[in-house]
Formats: sequence, C-alpha cells, structure tokens
Amino acid sequence: MERQNPWLSFFVHLCALLLALFLLTPILWMLIMSVSTTNDLTTIPLRWMPRHIDFHRYVELLTVAENSAGEAFLASMRNSLAVATMATLGALLVAIPGAWSVSRSPGRQRLALYAVVATYMLPPVALVVPLYFALAALGALNSVFSLAVVYLSILAPFTTWLLKSSFDNIPQEIELAAMIDGARLDQIWRRITLPLAGPALATGGLFAFLLAWDEFFYALLFTADQRAKTLPVAIADLAGGRVSDYGLIATAGVLAAVPPVLIGFFLQKSLIAGLTTGGVKG
Amino acid sequence: MSLRSWLLLAPLLALMTFIIGWPLAKTVAVSFTDAKLLGGDVHWLGLANFQRVLAAPAFYEVVWTTIRFVLISVGAEFLLGLLAALLLDQKFHGRGIVRALMILPWALPTVVNATMWRLIYNPDFGAFNALFTQVGLIDAYRSWLGEPGSALYAICLADVWKNFPLVALIALAALQSVPRELRAAAVIDGAGPWSRFRAVILPYLIGPLTVAVVLRIIEAFKVFDIIWVMTRGGPANSTKTISILVYQQAFSFQQAGLGGSIALIMVLISALLIAGYVTILRKQGELK
Repeated sequence: MERQNPWLSFFVHLCALLLALFLLTPILWMLIMSVSTTNDLTTIPLRWMPRHIDFHRYVELLTVAENSAGEAFLASMRNSLAVATMATLGALLVAIPGAWSVSRSPGRQRLALYAVVATYMLPPVALVVPLYFALAALGALNSVFSLAVVYLSILAPFTTWLLKSSFDNIPQEIELAAMIDGARLDQIWRRITLPLAGPALATGGLFAFLLAWDEFFYALLFTADQRAKTLPVAIADLAGGRVSDYGLIATAGVLAAVPPVLIGFFLQKSLIAGLTTGGVKG
Repeated sequence: MSLRSWLLLAPLLALMTFIIGWPLAKTVAVSFTDAKLLGGDVHWLGLANFQRVLAAPAFYEVVWTTIRFVLISVGAEFLLGLLAALLLDQKFHGRGIVRALMILPWALPTVVNATMWRLIYNPDFGAFNALFTQVGLIDAYRSWLGEPGSALYAICLADVWKNFPLVALIALAALQSVPRELRAAAVIDGAGPWSRFRAVILPYLIGPLTVAVVLRIIEAFKVFDIIWVMTRGGPANSTKTISILVYQQAFSFQQAGLGGSIALIMVLISALLIAGYVTILRKQGELK
C-alpha cells in the first residue's frame, strides 16, 4: 500500500474537522439554546455557554396542564405519531402485494409502476385544491385519519418502489419450489417471502414513517387545532407566533427531531437504497 | 397468472386513482373556471386564467426566484456533497464518526431545520449576527431574513446544510463501489490524482451523482416548507416561489381556479423533470 504523505494526511484531517464542525454547530447551538436561560439568549454580546443549565422548558413541554404550551405540544406529538403510524401501515398494506406483483411479473405491471413512481413526484400543490374540496364536502377536514389517507399519496408509491427492489433480491426459485410442492400463495407468502423480506419491510416502513413525520404542506392546510395539528405545524406556529422565548422554540425542535434522528442512525446501513428512491422532501 | 398479478396490484392502483389521479384531473378542470375556495357559482373561463397568469410580470419574478433557489441550492449541494464524499473516501481517524454525523441534517425534520436557522438568523439576538460581529466580519446586527437582498441566500444556506449530505452519501456509496484493484493498478501505472479521478473513479460516480442531482432538482423545484417557515415568501416577495404563489392564490385569496391554473403550469414543468429522471433511471437499469 502507498504510504501517506504527512502533509496530505494533515490536510485530510483538517478538512474532516471542518466538515464535522459544519455539521454539528447548528444542532449544538439549538441544544444550547434549549437549556440556556432567556437572559443568556438575549444579551449582546451573546453568551455562548449558558451560566447554568436549565431544563425547565423540557419539563414545560412534556407535562400536560390546562391551556399550557405542553398541552398543545404533546397533542401535536400524539397526532404526528397517529398519522405517521396509520399512513405507514396503510402504505405497507397496499405496497406489499403491489410490489411483489410487479417484481414477479414482467410486462405491463412495470408500466403501472413507472406511472406510480412518476405521479408521486408531482408537486403537492397540483392535488391540494381538489383534496381540500373533497375533505370539506365530507366534513373530514381537521382529522388525523383523513391526513393519514392523504399521506398515502406519498407513502404508498414510495414504499412500493422500495419494496419492489427488495423482492427482486429474493430468488424466485424458492417460491417456485414451494409452489410445485403444492403450497398456496398465502402459504408461500407467510412461510417464505415475507420472512425473507422481513428486514426490507422494516426498513421500508421506517422510511415511510420518516416521510410522514416530516410532512408539512398538507398538514398545514388540512388541520386547524389540537385535534389534528401535527408537530411540524405546531413548531411552525411557535416559530412564527407570539412566543418570544427562543429557548422554548429550540426545545420543541429538539424534541421533534429525536425520533427521526434515532431512526436515521438505525437506518444508516440501508440509507442509500432509500435515498435514491427519493426518501426526502424538499 | 397475469390476472392474479393484476389483482395484487389493484389495491395500489385503486388508491392512486383515488388520491392522485382524481385530484389531478379535478385540478385541470378547476383551472379553466373561476371557482372560489369556499364554493359559490362556478363559471367556465376557457383559457382566461392561464392568459392572466402568463401576462403578469409578477409570475415571471416568482418563476425566476424558484429557478434561482434551485440553481443555488442544488449547485452548492452538488459541489459540497461531492467534496465531502471524496473526503470521506480517504482514510482518517474518526471517519466512522463523521460519516455518522452526515445523517444528522438529513434526519432533522424540514420544519425543525427551518426553525433552527430562523433562530440562528434572528436579527436581534441570533447566533449568526453574534458570531460575525464578534469576529469582526460585520459591524452591526442585520436582519438576514428581513432584507430582500439576503433572504433567499440565507434560506439557500439552510437548505444546503440539510441536503448536501444526501448527495454526499450517494456519491460516497458510488466511490466505494470502485474496485480496489482498479485504483491500485492506476497508481502502479503512474497515473496522477487528476487522471486517476477522471479515468478510474468518474465512470463509477457519474451515474449515481446524476440521479442524486436530478432528484434534488425535482424536490427543490417544489420547495414550500423551508420558505414558508423562514419568510413566508417575503420580504417584498423576494423569496416567493411557485408553490408559495399557488398557496396564496388558492388559500389566502381563495381563488381556487387561478391557483389551480398556476399549479398546472408547475405540473407541466415538473413532468418534464420527472420524465428526465425516469429516463436516467431506466438507462442505468435501476427500473427494470
């Protein structure tokens, strides 16, 4: 192996340090803001390190009291969890048979997949007005369930595409052998395909969950109060509203970021497949 | 056999027809009328909405702002992503940690990212102002998001910070797929760093990098969240993109028909970009 030039090695380490700082500084600052006193955050020159660490905002946001910031925040977290879970399960329910079908049968089903892939990349503004009309007519605005159904328009195509490539990696011969032995399709699925695809299903589900957790546009338009507002909408309210405690806004941001960041680290190994499938919103 | 595979596909196709196909068709229909958001009489207008939109100088300003956002953000994400990937492909202490840190911006919810940068840019007490004043780069606090000259760039920086890791991670995976023997052979043959990059690494890199960039262009073109949270399209419309314009026309001004026609123009541009993306994927054999 080629011996490293010490200057080159120094340069590489320096660049790596700069990159790490660039990645970490904004998040670190949000964390510091969340535990600094309001006084420390509103002085000039700014105090970078808080004089004492103050967790009261975490307590405030995580305890329920009548008409408090915590009540609204916890309600939105509950709504986000409910919407993301329902939408993810619904997406898997239609994506598993759909993806399997496309993976196993060449031909026109693939064209159907192209169509699905292409349509889900369309801007949401192209669908939002009719969806609003329909939900209003059905009296279904401001509902966690309706929002989950709308989210299927993003999650179902995405999950189908991701699962299709996972099914492609499961040798068809195993399924054929079982079929020759007289197994029915539901038996093949339960005993062979789904167990083999287990990790891929989990990954697909987590990616779908992240997409739903992140969604803002539909949530902003289709929800109105604590019964359905999701975390992104609640945080945007805080950031754009009357709240003058910057630390409280930072704390809400930190809390909303914890689940997706944990999932992100967990997904590290399978990230590339999800990223190229378009597992991010602009 | 074929019937069964269509039956398995049916729930997905039915759902897509119901929540994508139908609304899209309805948007097309609405855009030829004067429909209001809250109901009332609806009249057929023919192409009047489109004529009105395409005759308004303000529309072209919004389109230009969108294009600038796409070019600046995606351009910087491409450059920074490529450099970070080349760096992470080197051997150094702590490589695993830096690679893991790349996940952080990507995983941070878009609205949290926008809120975080809004706090950082705060005109009265923000860290950006504090840092640059304390090191002497600026002499007075500024309203980075409140001035038409700087707002779009400030948003772009926030967007680049969140999205360059996506490009970097895709490029890094491509770099690591270059066979070791090939790199070693090029070194033995005496190829310099630049010709090694061009002849050995670039062929492996170009495909995935194109996918990543086109994907980012499609996403950046429909940008709404980050701008809505940071500036709502202001100040003086300097950060107003097409998605924000549709939102304002259809929901703030309740002109569903006019909003629909702008959305439709946007769909046509998006469709071109998506067609390009699907063509690239097919060429690379990703969509078999």
